[in-house]
Amino acid sequence: MTTISVTVNGKQYTHDVEPRTLLVHFLREQLNLTGTHIGCDTSQCGACVVHINGVSVKSCTTLAVQADGAQVTTIEGLADGATLHPLQEGFWEKHGLQCGYCTPGMIMAAADLLKNNPNPSDDEIRHGLEGNLCRCTGYENIVKAVRYAADKMSAASVS
Amino acid sequence: MIPSIFAYFAPTSVAEAIGLLTQYGDEAKVLAGGHSLLPAMKLRLAAPGVLIDINKIAELRGVVINGQINIGALTTWHTIEHHVGLKGVCGVLPEAVAQIGDIQVRNRGTLGGALAHADPSADATAVVLALDAQIRTHGPNGERTIAASDFFTDMLSTALEPSELITAVICHKLGAGEGAAYVKFPHPASRYAIVGAAAYVKLSDGKISTCRVAVTGAGPVPTRQGDTEQAMLGSDGSAEAVAKAAKVSGATMDILGDIHASEDYRRAMVKVYTKRALTTAIARARG
Repeated sequence: MTTISVTVNGKQYTHDVEPRTLLVHFLREQLNLTGTHIGCDTSQCGACVVHINGVSVKSCTTLAVQADGAQVTTIEGLADGATLHPLQEGFWEKHGLQCGYCTPGMIMAAADLLKNNPNPSDDEIRHGLEGNLCRCTGYENIVKAVRYAADKMSAASVS
Repeated sequence: MIPSIFAYFAPTSVAEAIGLLTQYGDEAKVLAGGHSLLPAMKLRLAAPGVLIDINKIAELRGVVINGQINIGALTTWHTIEHHVGLKGVCGVLPEAVAQIGDIQVRNRGTLGGALAHADPSADATAVVLALDAQIRTHGPNGERTIAASDFFTDMLSTALEPSELITAVICHKLGAGEGAAYVKFPHPASRYAIVGAAAYVKLSDGKISTCRVAVTGAGPVPTRQGDTEQAMLGSDGSAEAVAKAAKVSGATMDILGDIHASEDYRRAMVKVYTKRALTTAIARARG
């Protein structure tokens, strides 16, 4: 066992983990943060995307010990109390999901995308979400949801 | 999927990492970005007893451009892709790296890790071959520099000794009359290269005086295409010359087929992508 200290969604946790524990299992099973999903488990589908120190990563391909000392943000940490993050609102308003399985990873990947490119074209949104697979929506409404969030976030930063 | 049990070390210096590698030898694996190693460990294709996580060794990160280009082994694809200085002096590097995996993979994956792993479908392997890069390593007997052309020895095998660590990759800056390009046919889900081709050319008085072409994805080992390179030398780089040289690309290398693409199909694509890489490299060399 190795002791790690990780700040997740602003709250600090100190836990003993086996070095082989994947970050996604640590989040889901030790911290009970089950918003982060396990999809393909082979680094391709993006259902498990979280942020480590503000950078999007696939938590099924990261060891929990590698997050020692880091700030982790999961889908549970995105809303401001009862106020949804513009991306969460966008997925709601634009029907960016059907079954919802891919949604936490989609939103976390989109948040990283908008941080680096606040006003992406539709092509850039699609390219930026290459690492996230959705089997329901056909992606159209996901692109619209990200566009909605980008517009709302840029309007907020101007006003 | 969960990896099998291993002992975990996170050294903070190259010397400490080499000490651990020397102590544990073949039992140990080095963890860099982990985007090849961890999937292999989850599938139990790899089950190292000791994992040496080098991510705390800060000196292995970063790009330095002076007389030449020095890229630390732990530099991520994301850093290379967005590096402000690289585009002007070796644009093929960010160009190739931007085609790897997806944003999350590029946020974690590293140049040194990819070269040490030597996946037959990796992109960077072909690029370092075409650029004639030097791979700097540290081991118990000190430092050495291995030419990219001597580095990839077999499928998933390199000239790296078990107790050695890649510390940096060194390439020269491309100037006037030089051009390079990387093009690939990606697998649609994994984005690994089904076939990828990297080309470098140098023009002297309008004729091609140096040419290097390397192919990845098609066979067990990333491979320089000597026949194609020879055919280009002394030519004017015309479309006809490129077409003729591309026809012999892949002729003497081992080519593998799998469920994604047959051997015949890959053989055909090697020629197509060689032609595209050469055409773009020559256009860039002409400026």
